Amino acid sequence: MLAASVVLTGCASTPAAESAPEETPEKLVLVTHDSFSLSEGTLEKFTTETGIEVEVTASGDAGELVNTLVLTKDSPLGDVVFGIDNTFASRAVSNDVLKDYVSGDLTDAESAYLLPAGSGGEQLTPIDNGDVCVNVDHEWFAENGLAEPVTLDDLVKPEYKDLLVTSAANSSSPGLAFLLATIASYGEDGWQDYWTKLVANGVKIDAGWSDAYYVDFSGPSSEGDRPLVVSYASSPPFEVPEGETVAPTGALLDTCFRQTEYAGVIAGTEYPTAAKKLVDFLFSVEVQNDIPENMYVFPVNAKATLPEGWSNYAEIATDPFVVDPADIDANREAWLTEWAAIATP
Amino acid sequence: MGGDRHPVSLLTRLKSPHTLAPSTAIAAVLGAGVPLLFVGLFFLWPVTTMMGRGFFPDGVLDLGGFADVLTRPRTLRLIGLTLGQASLAAVITTLLGVPVAHTLYRLRFRGRRVLRALIVVPFVLPTVVVGVAFRSLLREGGPLGFLALDGTFAGIMLALVFFNIAVVARTVGAAWEGLDDRQEEAARVLGASPARVFATVTLPRLAPAIVSAASVVFLFCSTAFGVVLVLGGVKFGTIETEIYLLTTQFLDLRGASVLSVTQLLVVVLVLVVAARLRPRQTAEKGRSLARSPRPTDAPTLVVTALVAAFLALPMVSMLVRSFTTRDGFGIGNYLALGTTGTRNALVVPVWVALGNSLTTALAATVLALVIGLSASLVISRRPRSLGLRRALTGLDGVLMLPLGVSAVTVGFGFLITLNQPPFDLRSSPVLVPIAQALVAVPLVVRTILPALTSIDPRLRESSAVLGASPLRVIRDVDLGIIARPVLAASGFAFAVALGEFGATSFLSRPDRPTLPVVIYRLIGQPGGDNFGMAIAASVILAAITVAVIALVERLRVGTVGAFS
Repeated sequence: MLAASVVLTGCASTPAAESAPEETPEKLVLVTHDSFSLSEGTLEKFTTETGIEVEVTASGDAGELVNTLVLTKDSPLGDVVFGIDNTFASRAVSNDVLKDYVSGDLTDAESAYLLPAGSGGEQLTPIDNGDVCVNVDHEWFAENGLAEPVTLDDLVKPEYKDLLVTSAANSSSPGLAFLLATIASYGEDGWQDYWTKLVANGVKIDAGWSDAYYVDFSGPSSEGDRPLVVSYASSPPFEVPEGETVAPTGALLDTCFRQTEYAGVIAGTEYPTAAKKLVDFLFSVEVQNDIPENMYVFPVNAKATLPEGWSNYAEIATDPFVVDPADIDANREAWLTEWAAIATP
Repeated sequence: MGGDRHPVSLLTRLKSPHTLAPSTAIAAVLGAGVPLLFVGLFFLWPVTTMMGRGFFPDGVLDLGGFADVLTRPRTLRLIGLTLGQASLAAVITTLLGVPVAHTLYRLRFRGRRVLRALIVVPFVLPTVVVGVAFRSLLREGGPLGFLALDGTFAGIMLALVFFNIAVVARTVGAAWEGLDDRQEEAARVLGASPARVFATVTLPRLAPAIVSAASVVFLFCSTAFGVVLVLGGVKFGTIETEIYLLTTQFLDLRGASVLSVTQLLVVVLVLVVAARLRPRQTAEKGRSLARSPRPTDAPTLVVTALVAAFLALPMVSMLVRSFTTRDGFGIGNYLALGTTGTRNALVVPVWVALGNSLTTALAATVLALVIGLSASLVISRRPRSLGLRRALTGLDGVLMLPLGVSAVTVGFGFLITLNQPPFDLRSSPVLVPIAQALVAVPLVVRTILPALTSIDPRLRESSAVLGASPLRVIRDVDLGIIARPVLAASGFAFAVALGEFGATSFLSRPDRPTLPVVIYRLIGQPGGDNFGMAIAASVILAAITVAVIALVERLRVGTVGAFS
């Protein structure tokens, strides 16, 4: 079913809509967020293949990126967007800032990453994904002779009192992801109770990720004294000292929320055909192989190969928490307001 | 009307046909027009268009948002917090900054030029880095953890004072060092105590500069964003943090516009109050020699020493951290600045970003000086017509507005207005220095204007009577006297541009990042090397600021002979 719909959308949105033959542009503009990065020369391969140059424009984080697209709908900033994630996809779709197109190169292996129909399934091609999980300082727990927590339930137990630090859901994207993990786990009516317990158990809430990770977390490159922090599943590999093979920190894989990032064709582009080629290119093995080392996330393309060392340290949750993007879009404000009332009285 | 009876004005009109010459009119129109055009095009237009999106959601005016947003208890609490925070910070900063200004600009001692440069450093340091430095000291279990200031209102206050002390010290200092101290000497000889001399003779003459500085600090603090979040945790917020939340997270443009208007009203109110408080008094300029400290200077010296220690603490802890690597003490973090970070955290090496920062800040400084200077020259005139005088006060206020309006509103405003020829500038690199200059212009005006208004109008009039053309009057009288404040302002403007992050992050192109943008990126990535590099890069930013300001100070010394 899914595979069929992929093929269908892939075909349906090719030339049919555009009647007049379209010129090949000299340059395409790729609009993205400010964490976008690829090795030097990767985008140039697209230029070699097609003769089209790629100019990159960055605009804040994923939320700002989508809002920028919405605000500039009448006079778009570029032709292709990369970096819309599953928490903001619905907003982009319901504001009609994207053309219908999903790369025809997707296979069954990647169809699980597609968004639900109506929430971006027709407009957004998955490019990469990463998990936001509670990270744990192995050394701290070993030294203190305490068993490491495993699940979200564990975090509210008295033995883990005052050990967790997270960034705020309303001012940081990992913070929001962690809130969504708890919403997925305890349900729309149960997460409030969980957070009340978490607060009672001494969770520390900082404004931003760097603040939580570098000031309050006890990991080797941090200065604080809390051994549990909400961060990315890809953070532990960074803590591996040179010449060693074991990461001093780890990710609790039962606490993860998966963020998937997507690319799409911007509705107002003058060059839809070329823009589609660029979306295909972002999904191509060439770019996908380059993604992990530059953006610390996993490529979506099943044919991509992970860099050496990644399979050892970088772990992926087998069953991460998921919240329907349409639900996120519909409830974001209500959830964050409720969350703020509980977490930051 | 009343001015017509003024004998000197009458004299000028009778004897000096030049005041009515067309060149005067042209100069005035240019002097007021260029700054107005600049602020209109790059501030008022984008900001009002952005707000318009909130008030005209479907092309129809909808003001329901006011009742809706302004009655939320949360909004009222945030407005209260914003006003309380900014006023308290402005008061504390002024109380501490004035003694510092005295020590650094009236007394002569070894190392004062270095100190003058050092106090500007906090101003350019990225808020995230300062936040992390402060919190490392203040957190539970940290070196100053026993003070229990982490996540408190007092913690935010400390940081706001840390960032803004330079505004007061430099603005007031620039006015103070040009103040003729013969009146003080006379009062002292007549037996007045130092405190009395200060309160009755010095303070009234410094009032314009003090009010100027305090209002700028208020505006900076009312739009403080990163500091409030990092140090206050998420308990505290301001109108600014709420606008950010509504705009970037909820896309609630209606709510954001209501808050932007509220922000604007607050700013305008502050400016009106400041203008009322600011006496347009003439302080004679003349002999002004810094002297060696005397025993009676003890109170200001003590305050200055305490402030210096307070400013130094986070800076020293950053310096130490920058030399701390995984392998112990060393320069590894600095060597790493030539790379793109652990696993390519950066697009360009830090040195390249530094180059971008310097060229951009230089362009912004030139722009801010041209705009700020021409505006100040016009604003400092006292035309006879009441309407014209009001217009000049208005121009002054308009130039200050960018300090009090959210960078998010300005940034998004740019994207939705500057998108058509001839102003299709959205992806152009010139937008960055323009945005930085918007923030620097008010500081330039606030530094230069007190000096200009203190010029005795009779000086201008007599030189006009003696046959000097209006432009010549500006050159010989105005520019002569304000040479030092202009240099002070240019150093300050450069520092502001160098450290500006809010609007820059919105507008800088990914392949041409500035140093603060790179620092934010480094500190946003895990791994000890990236964090160490971020701190090292901040130290470099601080060192460059000190070097630039010290250089400017040196140039200022060269002007002493010519104008004092």
